[in-house]
Amino acid sequence: MVDVPLGSTGAVASHPIDDVELYHPHSWITKYVFSQDAKVIAIQYSLVAFSVGLIALVLSWLMRLQLGFPGVFSFIDANAYYQFITMHGMMMVVYVLTALFLGGFGNYLIPLMVGARDMVFPYVNMLSFWVYLLAVLVLVSSFFAPGGPSGAGWTLYPPQAILSGTPGGQDWGIVLMLVSLMIFIIGFTMGGLNYVVTVLQARARGMTLMRMPLTVWGIFTASFMALLAFPALFVGSVMLLFDRVFGTSFFVPSIVEMGQPLERSGGSPLLFQHLFWFFGHPEVYIVALPAFGIVSDLISTHARRNIFGYRMMVWALLAIGALSFVVWAHHMYVSGMNPYFGFFFATTTLIIAVPTAIKVYNWILTLWRGDIHLTVPMLFALAFIVTFVNGGLTGLFLGNVVVDVPLSDTMFVVAHFHMVMGVAPILVIFGAIYHWYPKITGRMMNDILGKLHFWVTFLGAYAIFFPMHYLGLMGIPRRYHDIGDMAFVPASAHTLNAFITVAALIVGAVQLTFVFNLFWSLRYGKPAGGNPWRATTLEWQTPETPPPHGNWGKELPVVYRWAYDYSVPGADQDFLPQNQPGFTSTAPGGLHG
Amino acid sequence: MAVALILVLIVVGSVAFHLVSPWWWTPIASNWRYIDDTIIMTFWITGTVFVAVVLFTAYCVYRFRHRDGQQAIYEPENRKLEAWLTAITAIGVAAMLAPGLFVWRQFITVPEEATDIEIVGQQWQWSFRLPGADGRLGASDMRLISADNPLGLNKEDPKSRDDILIEGGELHLPIGKPVKALLRSVDVIHDFYVPELRAKMDLVPGQVSYVWFTPTRTGSFEILCAELCGVGHPQMRGTVVVQEAVDYQAWLQDRIVSSFAHLMPAPRDLVAVPD
Repeated sequence: MVDVPLGSTGAVASHPIDDVELYHPHSWITKYVFSQDAKVIAIQYSLVAFSVGLIALVLSWLMRLQLGFPGVFSFIDANAYYQFITMHGMMMVVYVLTALFLGGFGNYLIPLMVGARDMVFPYVNMLSFWVYLLAVLVLVSSFFAPGGPSGAGWTLYPPQAILSGTPGGQDWGIVLMLVSLMIFIIGFTMGGLNYVVTVLQARARGMTLMRMPLTVWGIFTASFMALLAFPALFVGSVMLLFDRVFGTSFFVPSIVEMGQPLERSGGSPLLFQHLFWFFGHPEVYIVALPAFGIVSDLISTHARRNIFGYRMMVWALLAIGALSFVVWAHHMYVSGMNPYFGFFFATTTLIIAVPTAIKVYNWILTLWRGDIHLTVPMLFALAFIVTFVNGGLTGLFLGNVVVDVPLSDTMFVVAHFHMVMGVAPILVIFGAIYHWYPKITGRMMNDILGKLHFWVTFLGAYAIFFPMHYLGLMGIPRRYHDIGDMAFVPASAHTLNAFITVAALIVGAVQLTFVFNLFWSLRYGKPAGGNPWRATTLEWQTPETPPPHGNWGKELPVVYRWAYDYSVPGADQDFLPQNQPGFTSTAPGGLHG
Repeated sequence: MAVALILVLIVVGSVAFHLVSPWWWTPIASNWRYIDDTIIMTFWITGTVFVAVVLFTAYCVYRFRHRDGQQAIYEPENRKLEAWLTAITAIGVAAMLAPGLFVWRQFITVPEEATDIEIVGQQWQWSFRLPGADGRLGASDMRLISADNPLGLNKEDPKSRDDILIEGGELHLPIGKPVKALLRSVDVIHDFYVPELRAKMDLVPGQVSYVWFTPTRTGSFEILCAELCGVGHPQMRGTVVVQEAVDYQAWLQDRIVSSFAHLMPAPRDLVAVPD
C-alpha cells in the first residue's frame, strides 16, 4: 500500500459565499421554464430524452413486429421499416443516451457531487437545453415531412443515404436528420464545456480530483471525450449535407444510379465512414463511462463497502477514454479500407479489454465481503454487471478482425451492441433514477413496482438479445426488412424471431410501470428524508431535500475525505459523509483522508 | 437468496442454450476453417470468463447479503490482486488476438495462383465477370456504362474481349481453386456475403476491393448483400454454384456466347490498355 497525500485532512474553515454571486430567478418562467438552475435543466433534459425514448421504444416494437411476424402488418413496408430502424438507432444513441447521461445526470449530479452551487456558466447551460430541444423537434418533424424520415440506417453511409433508393434520400428526411445532428452538437458543446469546467474549477474546498465520486469522473471523462468526438460528426454532417443539397462530391464518386450516370466524381464513401466512426466509437464510451461511474457508486453505497481499487478505477476510465479514440476503424474491417489497418485496430481494440476488465473485477470485488442490501438500485447494478460482461465479451469476437469477418453486419452485431451499449447503460439509468429520485423529489419510489419493473426488464432484455447472437452466428444479416427464404435458415429461426418479438413487446410494456411509478411516487411515495441510503457523497448532505436553487444554503461544504468511507472500522455508523471532519480510519491506503 | 439463484440460472441457461441451440453456423464450404476455429477458441475463453464472473457475483450476493450485525470489510485497494488480475486478463486477450492476427494475415494475402474474377453490385442485383481464355480481366470504367455495356468494360482493351459477363445470374466456380474476387459497385455500397464461405467484403463505388477464398465443397450457396443499400437490400440475392472441374468447364463452354466480344462488336484497332 502506498500512502498518497491527498491534501489537508484537518479541519478547514468553511468558505461563505455571498448571495449576490448567484443569479436568482424572479418569476415562475425563469424558475421552471427558462431556468438557469442546473437541477431544473437536468429534469428538462431528462423529460425530453425520456419522451424521445418512448418514441424510440414504439419504433422498436414496430420493427420487431415485422421481424417476428413478417407480412402480417402491411403498413410496415420496406420503406417504413428502414425509417423505423434509422430513427430508433439515432434517437437512442444520441438523443436519449447521450442527452440523458450528460445533460440529465451530468447537470443534476456534477454541481451537487463536487459541492458547487451550480454550473459555472448557468446561462449557457440553459441555452444548451433549448438548443437540444430544437434539435429534437427538427428530428421528429421529419416524420411529418414529405417522404418521411431518413431510412439510411443510423450510420447514414453515403452514397445511399442521399440517393433515391433510400427512404428520405432525395426528400426531406436526410436533410432534417443532418441539420438536427448539427444543432444537437452545438447544444451539446455548450453543455459539455460547462460540465468539464465545473468539475475543474468549481469543486468545494478539500474536494481533490482523487476524492471525487466515480460518477463525476465518468461524466467528466465522457464530456471531455464528447467535446473531441462530436466535431468529427459535425464535419461529416456538413459535407454530407452539401453533397445532398448543393451537389458537391465529398463522399460521392462517379456512379451510375438506376442506369443514369450522376454528375459527380472524386468523392470517397470511406472518408465519411472514418469521420462517422471517429465520432461513433468514442460515442460508445461517452454512453458507457457515465454508466461505469454511476454503477460504481450504486454498488459501493448499497454494498456498504468502499469501491475496490478506486485509483485503478480512475485510471481505467481515463485509459478507456484515451484508447477509444484509436479504435474507430474496427467498425470498418470489411469496408474495403486498406486491409493492413486491421492489424492496428484489432490490437488497440483488444487492449481496451484490459482496463475494461479491471473495472468489472473491481465492481465484483466491491461486493466481496460487503454488506449487500438488495435494493432496487442494487438489483439494477447487478443486472448491469451481467449484461455488460456478456456484451463486452462478444465485443472480443467483433474486435478481433478476422473473427469479425463472418459476423460483421449480422444479427450478432445487433445483439452485441444492444447488450453492451443499449441494455447495460439503460439498466444503470434505471438504477440511478431509483437511487437519486429521493433526492430529486424528497420521496422514495415504490419498491414493489420497482422490483416488478426490474425483473421483467432484466430477464426480458436478456431473453431478447442473448438468443439473437445465434441468429447472427448462423448468418442472418442485420437490416433485412424481410429475411424471406434463405436456404440455410431453418424454420425454427422464424420461431425464435417470433419469441424475441414477444419478449420485446413485454419488456416495452413493463416500462409503463416505471413511468407510472415516477408520477405516482411524486405524490404518494414514502417521505425520504435527506439521506435515505446513508450515502457518503455530498449530494446527500444538502441542508434541504430537494436541494433549492444554490444547493447549499449559506455555506459551501468542505470536504475531508474520499467518497467511499463505508464501514470504516471503529466508526459509530457504517458511513462517513465526505464533509464530516474528524474521525480518521486506521485502515491503510491513505485514500480515506 | 432468490437473486443469487436467478444469477446462477442465467449462467446455466446461457451455457445450456449455447450447447443445445439448433441455431449454429452453416457447414463451411471454403478454406476459412481457421476463422471457425478462432471463433470456437474465443467462445471458450469468453465463456469461461462470463461463467466465472457471474457465478462469483452470485456467490457474493448469497454469502454477503445483508443480515443484522453484518459489517463490510474496509479494504480500499489490494495492489497485488489487481496486478495479478490485470496480467491474467492481458494473457487471455493476447491468446485471442495472436491467432486472430495470424489468420487475418492469411485472409488478406492472396495466393499467387488465385484466379481473378469480378463481382459487381448495383441496386439491387449481382453481376459477375469471369476472365476468358487469357485468364485476365479487361479494364473497366464507370463512365463507359451504358445499356449494352452494363459493367462499363473498355472495349479498346483486348483483354476484355473474351471476358464472360453474367448479369443477375449464377456465379459458377470450380472446387479447390483459389479465387480472388475483385469487388466493384456501380452505385452504392454493397457487401458480398456468402455465409458458407465465411468471407465477406464491401463493394465500394469509386474503388476496387477484394476478397479471396477457395471453395471446398460443391453445391449452391446463396449470395446475400450485407451492407444496407436501399429499400431493395434484402432482395439483392445471387447464387454461387461450386462444381467439379469437369462440370465447371462444361458450363463455361456454354457461356462463351455471353462473352463481351459477343455483346459488343470489336472496334477496328485494338490497343492494349495497361492494367
